[in-house]
Amino acid sequence: MSKKKTAVFLIVVAAVIAALVVGIVLTDGLYEKAGSVNETMQDAVLHEGDKISFFGLAVNPAVLSAFVVTGILLVFAVTVRIFVIPKFSYIPGKFQLLLEQAVGMFENLAKTNSPHRNNFLGAYLFAAGAYISIGTLFELVGIPWMTAAGASVSLPAPLSDINGAIMMGCLSYLVILSGGILSNGFRGVGRTLKEFSLPISMSFRLFGALLSGLLVTELVYSYLALSFVLPVVVGVLFTILHALIQTYVLTMLTALFYGEVSEPPVLKPKTKKQKKVPSEVTSK
Amino acid sequence: MLYNIAAVPLNIDWQQILLHLLNFVILFAGLYLLLYKPVKAFMQKRREHYEKMDKDAEETSKKADAARAEYEEKLSSCDREIEEKRAAAKKELDHYEQMRKSAAEEEADAILAEARKKAAEEKRHALRAARREISALVSDATEKLVLKETAQEAYDRFLDAADDKHEEPRA
Repeated sequence: MSKKKTAVFLIVVAAVIAALVVGIVLTDGLYEKAGSVNETMQDAVLHEGDKISFFGLAVNPAVLSAFVVTGILLVFAVTVRIFVIPKFSYIPGKFQLLLEQAVGMFENLAKTNSPHRNNFLGAYLFAAGAYISIGTLFELVGIPWMTAAGASVSLPAPLSDINGAIMMGCLSYLVILSGGILSNGFRGVGRTLKEFSLPISMSFRLFGALLSGLLVTELVYSYLALSFVLPVVVGVLFTILHALIQTYVLTMLTALFYGEVSEPPVLKPKTKKQKKVPSEVTSK
Repeated sequence: MLYNIAAVPLNIDWQQILLHLLNFVILFAGLYLLLYKPVKAFMQKRREHYEKMDKDAEETSKKADAARAEYEEKLSSCDREIEEKRAAAKKELDHYEQMRKSAAEEEADAILAEARKKAAEEKRHALRAARREISALVSDATEKLVLKETAQEAYDRFLDAADDKHEEPRA
């Protein structure tokens, strides 16, 4: 057996042993709740007990998360603007290709779904997509912060807070409405208001999807014994999936509805009524 | 006060919604100005560059096609012109050949006439000379014949006389 095969064999055996040990630990009565699950769930959803101070305002931790995410994204954008974009070449490198793909993807999403008016939509989708995806992945970092009550809390994803999700959903609806008004005036307003449930559905879809990931993670973390291997799967994978799926869903829905309401009306050609010729004239 | 009035179940807080909105507006403006717009502008610039290249290539191709068509047209017209010139040259050559032929024929006729004239002249001279020679020959022959017959006759008479003289003494 070669050295490589021996190494692979040893790794597999070690992994199996580790899995068995975890299994033995999990099936034992060791895992006990760190606290009340109800309280954990309630805190995760309502943040009543873990408010933090933000410039003197008592806010949910997600508000701070939102500003931190924005800060990270803006620092990244400034760095890219100063050091990378001036060096762009017609034959792109890997990082340039990544940036162009990111911009091009949202631009194409806007163009394909809303061919008539899409400049602002593309920029909005890009910002919303970056915010949702990076904001959701931000949860993985788990930056600890002190609450107003003095307890420690890890900063969640900005959109796992219902206020953040409502903002995103309602803002997307307003963007759709603005597209309708700019393109079709009053008709556009009518078309947008027809989808009156859209802001609620978009907000709560986002909130529910991100909160579910948070809840599952909170549930897992609430048991001491489950915090060893399982978070790698439920935490990281769920978070990455949520980041991708929710980014896609919200941007796609916004682009779709924006395109629908900003579509110019199809004017029906006026058909001239032919005068009836008296039968007497025709008979003659 | 506003916080208490605006507070609704599920911890929905208008102030925090506005804070989230403020945050997103800042993010949107920053990302648009720093990332989206420059990258999009660069992509547009590159697209225009390649479209221009494509357009230029197309125009060059069209020009090349036009030049080729023009060249082929010129070539065909040149062929036609060459053919016409060849026909004209052939016609001219035929005409020249005809002229040369007729001139040669005229010259040949002249030469022939001259030759005939000379031949006739020579014939006449020859005949005259022949006649003269014949008459001379006839004269000579006649003369010779006449002279020959006289000498022979005299010789015979001499011989006869000699014989007679010889036979007489014996008798």
